[in-house]
Amino acid sequence: MPQTTPRSFQEIILRLMTYWASKGCAILQPYDMEVGAGTFHPATTLRALGTRPWAAAYVQPSRRPTDGRYGENPNRLQHYYQYQVLIKPSPPDLQALYLGSLAAIGVDLALHDVRFVEDDWESPTLGAWGLGWEVWCDGMEVSQFTYFQQVGGHDCHPVAGELTYGLERLAMYVLGIDHVMDMPFNDPDAPIALKYRDVFKQTEQEYSRWNFDQADTAMLLQHFEDAEAECARILAAPAEDSAGRRIIMAHPAYDQCIKASHLFNLLDARGVISVTERQAYIGRVRTLAKACADAFVQTEAGGAAA
Amino acid sequence: MPELLIELFSEEIPARMQARAREDLKKLVTDGLVNAGLTYASAGAFSTPRRLILAIEGLSGESPTLREERKGPAAAAPAAAIEGFLRSTGLAREQLELRDDKKGQVYFAVIERPGRPAAVIVAEVLEAAIRNFPWPKSMRWGPGTLRWVRPLHSILCLLSTDTGAEVVPLNIDGIIAGNTTEGHPFMAPGRFAVASFDDYSAKLRRAYVMLDSGEREAMIWGGAGNLAFAKGLEVVPDAGLLTEVAGLVEWPVVLMGQIDDAFLGLPPEVLQTSMREHQKFFSVKNPASGRIEGFITVANRETADHGATILHGNQKVLSARLSDARFFWENDLRHVKAEGLEGMAAGLANVTFHNKLGSQLDRVKRIEALAREIAPLVGAAPDLAAEAARVAKADLQSAMVGEFPELQGIMGRYYAEAAGHNDGVPEACREHYQPLGPSDAVPTAPVSIAVALADKIDTLTGFWAIDEKPTGSKDPFALRRAALGVIRLVLGNGVRVGLAAVFAKGMMGQRGIIDHLNGLLTGMMEQMQTAGLDIAAFPSGPFDYDEMKTVVSKIERASRGLELLDKLAEAREAVADAMHLQATDLLAFFHDRLKVYLKDQGIRHDVIDACLAMPGNDDLTLLVKRAEALAAFLKTDDGENLLQGFKRANNILAQAEAKDGVEYSYGADVKFAETDVERALFAALDTAEAAIAPAIEAEDFAAAMAAMAALRAPIDGFFEAVQVNAENAILRRNRLNLLSRIRQICLGVADLTRVEG
Repeated sequence: MPQTTPRSFQEIILRLMTYWASKGCAILQPYDMEVGAGTFHPATTLRALGTRPWAAAYVQPSRRPTDGRYGENPNRLQHYYQYQVLIKPSPPDLQALYLGSLAAIGVDLALHDVRFVEDDWESPTLGAWGLGWEVWCDGMEVSQFTYFQQVGGHDCHPVAGELTYGLERLAMYVLGIDHVMDMPFNDPDAPIALKYRDVFKQTEQEYSRWNFDQADTAMLLQHFEDAEAECARILAAPAEDSAGRRIIMAHPAYDQCIKASHLFNLLDARGVISVTERQAYIGRVRTLAKACADAFVQTEAGGAAA
Repeated sequence: MPELLIELFSEEIPARMQARAREDLKKLVTDGLVNAGLTYASAGAFSTPRRLILAIEGLSGESPTLREERKGPAAAAPAAAIEGFLRSTGLAREQLELRDDKKGQVYFAVIERPGRPAAVIVAEVLEAAIRNFPWPKSMRWGPGTLRWVRPLHSILCLLSTDTGAEVVPLNIDGIIAGNTTEGHPFMAPGRFAVASFDDYSAKLRRAYVMLDSGEREAMIWGGAGNLAFAKGLEVVPDAGLLTEVAGLVEWPVVLMGQIDDAFLGLPPEVLQTSMREHQKFFSVKNPASGRIEGFITVANRETADHGATILHGNQKVLSARLSDARFFWENDLRHVKAEGLEGMAAGLANVTFHNKLGSQLDRVKRIEALAREIAPLVGAAPDLAAEAARVAKADLQSAMVGEFPELQGIMGRYYAEAAGHNDGVPEACREHYQPLGPSDAVPTAPVSIAVALADKIDTLTGFWAIDEKPTGSKDPFALRRAALGVIRLVLGNGVRVGLAAVFAKGMMGQRGIIDHLNGLLTGMMEQMQTAGLDIAAFPSGPFDYDEMKTVVSKIERASRGLELLDKLAEAREAVADAMHLQATDLLAFFHDRLKVYLKDQGIRHDVIDACLAMPGNDDLTLLVKRAEALAAFLKTDDGENLLQGFKRANNILAQAEAKDGVEYSYGADVKFAETDVERALFAALDTAEAAIAPAIEAEDFAAAMAAMAALRAPIDGFFEAVQVNAENAILRRNRLNLLSRIRQICLGVADLTRVEG
């Protein structure tokens, strides 16, 4: 395992890929939809359900419109990357595996102080919760470590262990960078060396403006309603198609749930959702997530007898 | 005698759960062992972030053999009865004994329960303890169904004697008990075997684990103190943080760092809260300047660079956090300087306080009205108290309090000062939440008292108005604490206030009541319209309480002569009754809290009851003044005897009144007195009466009690020498009326019938 210090953001990602591949995870690609966190990827949300074993790792671009700061804030971005690992059943040495991943990205465990500090995870939009910790390295939160107990209202049996790394923050720490925009994206000695700024500064500005000022709220509201309706419609379709094949459409329905969730985040950033309405919207997304979970556990991937 | 060592080794147990878990483990296991017939000399429980440990000394090696005899049915009893007995005893018919009884032969079962070795019992008890452990939150992991606070990895369960150690055979869902454990995860990885508790703790220490949380705490606190002292600084004590930090480390290493100069301008409370909440750092203060200049962090390991990397990392995280805090602070100050506290408070309209009690702004308006009302009673200028109330919650809208809710009030004071207040308003912003608990300080500045009382009384009347009262152990809105706060504010400052009137005023402002009244008024105006009256000139609702008064008088004028007027009166009465009922109920709640409070101050509940029965019992200062005087009086010899004399008089009188069906209340005449003793009582009553009335009027209860004390000798003398129930009816009536005077005079001081003894 290389103990050298990585030189760029992408090297940290590549090392995590290599490390988790060596530990037997399927290295997946990001989900092709806008999500708020890596947990929303069906490879986590849905695959945490049911009895089938699972081991996957992937980068997930994540969008949190309210965190946009036009690229000015050293730590806050409306678009950032999470690294996500989900293994079901959670192996007994998951903590050791995790520590190995820190070593792999150049954290010298002999010099740093790594601690597991209580932090229970709950996602009201996904109807999910778990127990675990935030992992501290020298007082800095570098990961979330969670044993899933429930997703979409279903008990997780077996239990999946989930690791989430906030990649920018972790990389800034490992590379000793104070402002995210100053972080080398590729190798600093590459012929065309790019910093995080070169890749994302402009998009942060553009999206911040759109998220906060320009997004058409009437349209977004309509899209939310549409996604909600479509999700329900998909799930209400009979299990057998016109040719008599039994195909439950859990994933297409879940896509609509993801859409609704992101549309809600956009509406929230536009400030058009009041405190009382907020709870109601979250509840509506949760209803979708639960329905999708109900559908998924009836599919083969969800552990139902084929 | 064997020694038992148990270690439950898991992934990191939340720090806040460890103390309780130690106690639970000790109790579950020792109770289980004792119930199974074992005895032990002593037990000690310990914890680190990754383990719970129980060590028991002097455990008996086995449980005693128990012999139990049970009497069964007669030999001649139906077969079914005998079979039932066999089932319940678990014996066969030939194992039963037949014995002669008074009614013939009877079956007896002699059941012998042989003693069992300690190992068997320990295995049973530990398994039950693990499976039923009362974690506040527990979880499953991997493919299993076992629940623990975090994944449980190994169980060490060892019975040891001088001659050797034995692993207790136990297998819980595949976790097989053994004699091995692990040391520090980074400094001494790997498992090792132990032979006894002494061996275990010695080897753990060599493997960089300090198993006693108390020792870790002492080590942290001592180390922190030394580091600070060496720089001429001191650590700000924080017992809760110390316990928490000791629960996060197995091998504490204390490091001290400096706060960057750029952040020294932040209020000390902000530095302290940010460091404690986000980083679990102790604050280090310069005793000369009082400023927070440094921090203490506690690492879980030693390193080759003596913590330099760790400290550097922590310092960096702190700087990022404090940059945020400084950003909030500077933004808030700019906001407040530009728009004043009122500007900052503007957003309160959009924040719900409680869905039946309206927004925070509604609440602030009610508090303002109450503060204005209360101000003169506590020596505050009404306008100033009202202004303080208007801005006291402004900081809830500040960025800083948004981030650190526990800084509410504290930030309010800073922002009020920044807004240019130097008139008691800043202090009121900070102090109006106080007293928060029984040991919290009570504000003494008039404006603070007015707003603090108004805030609490609004909360209480609000939740009373919507019938959300504390029940049993449920008190989600901390209403008991609010009531105790009012009691301490009133008594601590000697405030003279009739609470009943303030409660009524508070209730009047509550939205539930206002909505109800608006409903009534709207109904009435509709009726008037139906009756053909022109109400076009009427203002339209909803109205607040003051507007309602105008509307009501308009309705009264316009509907003169109509039946409506009666209905209006009726409705108003119904509302008034309902409110009166709730206000009375709230006062009764206060009296209960007061009793609890005064009991802690050493005043008996019956003494309080005797004073509660007197007029003006909603004036707590007066009430307590009377109770204190009465309690002191009853401790004297005169008081004790006077009480007996009073009770005797009252009993005789009550019996006579019951028998005669009349009340003896008037007309005792000295001319019917037969003896000097009787005449002396007349004279004493005259004197006492003359002294007591003005004393009560002046609220000089000690003087009133002293005057009452002077009655003791004449009353004692009277009962010794005079027969009340005399043959002569005139004499009897006169004497009963005389007793009635005793009763009347004494009851004017306090309701002595309620005093026990």
